[in-house]
Amino acid sequence: MEVLINGSPYSIENNCSVNTLIKELELNGKYAIEINQYIIPRSQYNSKKINSGDKVEIVQAIGGG
Amino acid sequence: MRNFDTDKFKIADSIYSSRLLVGTGKYKNIQEAKSAIDESGAEIVTVAIRRTNIGQDETEPNLLDIISPNKFTILPNTAGCYDADSAIRTCQLARELLDGHNLIKLEVLADEKTLFPDIAQTLYAAEKLVNDNFKVMVYTTDDPIIAKRLEEIGCVAVMPLAAPIGSGLGIQNPYNIRNIVENASVPIIVDAGVGTSSDASIAMELGCDGVLMNTAIAEAKNPILMASAMKKAIQAGREAYLAGRMPKRAYASASSPIDGQFF
Repeated sequence: MEVLINGSPYSIENNCSVNTLIKELELNGKYAIEINQYIIPRSQYNSKKINSGDKVEIVQAIGGG
Repeated sequence: MRNFDTDKFKIADSIYSSRLLVGTGKYKNIQEAKSAIDESGAEIVTVAIRRTNIGQDETEPNLLDIISPNKFTILPNTAGCYDADSAIRTCQLARELLDGHNLIKLEVLADEKTLFPDIAQTLYAAEKLVNDNFKVMVYTTDDPIIAKRLEEIGCVAVMPLAAPIGSGLGIQNPYNIRNIVENASVPIIVDAGVGTSSDASIAMELGCDGVLMNTAIAEAKNPILMASAMKKAIQAGREAYLAGRMPKRAYASASSPIDGQFF
């Protein structure tokens, strides 16, 4: 199914959990994830499923003043 | 008598020794940022929250791997937000990614050219964030009325600008800064517009509790040396403030006695 990740279209398997996406993208370090402007708590990464058309935002800390 | 070792300041129940807070932006690379920050002695460092690079090469290390939340107090900012909602959302994401750490720097901007804050949106966002259990350190103008209002809302520190972000112009209105300091019950930290060491000293001489700077160090020709200068400037300004300066006089007051003159 098609979703948007950080503004770009992305294909992922149906019924994909957030955890599966994290593994697929090989995310490391500290990050936070939003789906359709709702923050997904870490405790829900396994249970929360991504749906077709979802807008996923994955953010991290970078240099700034 | 050196009371410097006992001169700590408190922000939201945490005590800090260093009154210099630094940003992590505008450096050539993370290593330079780390070296400058180490030289500065800063304990609180700001970071920005931005989209992760998906599928890009992994050569650039994660900022927080080099500048670790275990060693520093990380202060996520809401840089680039022009409305309260995006600032609030940024803070919520920052809290999530830092495992519940709820100290944040709130900035809601009004104008790209000056990067002055949108005060109406800042007041609104501050209230929402305080009610959501964030410890808000808030970037604002040098307006003493607004500074007090932000304190009354429940911000843990108020951070008036010296001059526009990245301008290096130093404190434009020392009288306003002094006024803010005199009326405050929370730490007042000058944030934005510092250019060189004397600017930082002046902030501390006015009674500010600390100074937050980024460009002044990062855009110096030798950032690590400037970081060292800033550390000393903050200490010098703080000692001068605690020492209680001499009064200014309109006319001269001789330093050597008249008695015993032989001519």
